Amino acid sequence: MLDTLWLIPALPFVGFLFNGLLGKKVPKAVVYWVACGIVGLAFAGALLAFRDLLNLPAEERFFTQSLFTWIPSGDLLVKVGLQLDPLSAVMILVVTGVGFLIHVYSIGYMHSEQGYGRYFAYLNLFTFAMLTLVLADNFLLMFVGWEGVGLCSYLLIGYWYEKPAAANAGRKAFVVNRIGDFGFLLAMMLIFSLFGTLRFDSIFHQAPLALTFGGEMATTITLLLFLGATGKSAQIPLYIWLPDAMEGPTPVSALIHAATMVTAGVYMVARCHVLFLLAPISLAIVAVIGALTALFAASIGLVQNDIKRVLAYSTISQLGYMFLGCGVGAFAAGIFHLTTHAFFKALLFLGSGSVIHALSGEQDIRKMGGIAKKIPITHVTFLIGALAIAGFPGLAGFFSKDEILWKAFSSPQGSGLLWFFGVLAALFTAFYMFRLLFLTFHGKSRVEQDKEHHIHESPPTMLFALVILALLSVVGGYIGVPKILGGGNVFESFLEPVFTRYPVLGPLTGGVHPLSLEWTLLLVSVAVALLGILLAWLLYLKRDRIPAALVKRFPSLYDLILNKYHVDEVYGALIVIPGRKLSELTYDRFDLGIVDGLVNFVGEFVVRAGEGLKRVQMGYVRQYAFAILISALCVLGYFLLR
Amino acid sequence: MVPEGYYLILSAVLFAIGVTGVLIRRNPVVIFMSIELMLNAVNLSFIAFASQLNSLDGQVFVFFVMAVAAAEVAVGLAIIVSIFRARTSVDVDEMNLMKW
Repeated sequence: MLDTLWLIPALPFVGFLFNGLLGKKVPKAVVYWVACGIVGLAFAGALLAFRDLLNLPAEERFFTQSLFTWIPSGDLLVKVGLQLDPLSAVMILVVTGVGFLIHVYSIGYMHSEQGYGRYFAYLNLFTFAMLTLVLADNFLLMFVGWEGVGLCSYLLIGYWYEKPAAANAGRKAFVVNRIGDFGFLLAMMLIFSLFGTLRFDSIFHQAPLALTFGGEMATTITLLLFLGATGKSAQIPLYIWLPDAMEGPTPVSALIHAATMVTAGVYMVARCHVLFLLAPISLAIVAVIGALTALFAASIGLVQNDIKRVLAYSTISQLGYMFLGCGVGAFAAGIFHLTTHAFFKALLFLGSGSVIHALSGEQDIRKMGGIAKKIPITHVTFLIGALAIAGFPGLAGFFSKDEILWKAFSSPQGSGLLWFFGVLAALFTAFYMFRLLFLTFHGKSRVEQDKEHHIHESPPTMLFALVILALLSVVGGYIGVPKILGGGNVFESFLEPVFTRYPVLGPLTGGVHPLSLEWTLLLVSVAVALLGILLAWLLYLKRDRIPAALVKRFPSLYDLILNKYHVDEVYGALIVIPGRKLSELTYDRFDLGIVDGLVNFVGEFVVRAGEGLKRVQMGYVRQYAFAILISALCVLGYFLLR
Repeated sequence: MVPEGYYLILSAVLFAIGVTGVLIRRNPVVIFMSIELMLNAVNLSFIAFASQLNSLDGQVFVFFVMAVAAAEVAVGLAIIVSIFRARTSVDVDEMNLMKW
């Protein structure tokens, strides 16, 4: 399969072409068989490629394939080439595997939609772009995938484009992402001017020589790259687009805005770990931003009332964990959390989609409750997802989150404060997830009358995806059981060749810590998770009057958090409104005044000049003849008198 | 033997008469005749120079001028006739359609 690696991204592209061109003309069954089948094939291809990679010795697990020369322009020679190493192998498995399940889920969820072909065409295009992003062997091709997923995100958020909220959310996502992309582009140009190439392999080999450790250049490049990552992966300060992105269809939120696209930033930071390790300042910033985002977003998630928005803030928070891991040099732990998060967050989103489906489009958790018995499979899978994300011992999220928290504490770049932020965010996570679960499924029913008797379990295509993802959320963590719990941390050792391939200066592994400390921290995070669950149970099931009392007690604090700390309004006042004013001003003065004025002046001038000069054409032949005579005499006189 | 200067003076006088005719007459036929006069004044100076320089070039040129003049008159008269048919007048001062 390695020699035909290009087939993996090419297959979804074929699906996109088919559904994009013929989606309206063929029956629905053909549309989804093609779309799902082709992603399934890509998943099979990814599995085969993964097997072939495993058959190689650990150090040789690095495969590149050059397809064709794309831009031969002087010094800039860009080839379209793919690169498969353990890191990209993990990513293509996640993208095609989770992507396949979500495609299947979409068959049921989108069944009654008009633009069926359009939807699946976009999904396939997204899969293609995401695979290009993770398989690219140079920055420019990665950027193509990077922009491609951004485009698909925009298109799919605005899938119901006749709804103004959806169209606005799509535009917001696109514009905010452009800010990040701008940083990515600048970083790419700096890298090219410094290294003369954009290929990852050559850059990373040269980097320790070309860049000084902790130098300005290394810091600038990595900070610009990280700006790109904050845009794509919704971190402070560019996270504001992700909650709004929930206007898109729920499977899209699961695929793009939870499992795959938003993790592109984490993948990119891990891919460029050589550069980041050369810039300790940038690494520290990555860690701090990650920890802050994790806590900040989790705190907003505590009080949101829209089932999908709670999950959106949860996603932002979990992405913060991944960056925290990368920022303390534990790239493998970040990628591990990325993988498990893809399982349980896709599961939670799809579960919320199933709830919304059952309640005929209701998304407000204040109008849910008591539906666990009516949709048992959705309930059980959702419970598994919630336990996994809360870090309940034995489930996927427990292993990956604990790994990150441990690294945040023990790594030389880590600190107790980062760990504390992480643990506090874990407490919030457990709390808001179980608040969501209890309000949605348990307690008394607050469902509106006309929706009450419609409640029904989802079709098999949707349940299939839910059950598989639930299984993965249970067992997914066992690929990375840490040594302290008797595991070998297979995942980390599988990824290790990626992070030891290039000579790096920064230390990757932590110092020596006593075993008892690791046990203590482990128990603390378990205790915190259980405490969060218990609190949610107490507040929302046992004594469900307390939350309202608390709101009454601290109204301003509640308002502040409910309104997402007014960040949107602050950005609006600081950036959007001045920007709009500036553009109105330039439109009035510069565009209408100078640009249009210049054009109009040229036109006016020619017209006026013609008006004046046309008097010369008086129409009398004899006067013309006289003019000729006078002119001839003048010429004659000039030659005679010279 | 008449000196060349006299030929040139005669030629200049004839040319000036032709120019005056073109400018002051209103009848296009007379204007045409005046143009012929100008052409022939030029022909005269061609001949004068040819005999002075002992070269046939000037005389050959005269043949060309006469051929072109004949063609020009043919076309010009045709135009004048058709204008006359259209407007029953051939006064050049009334022909001022070719302006803004």
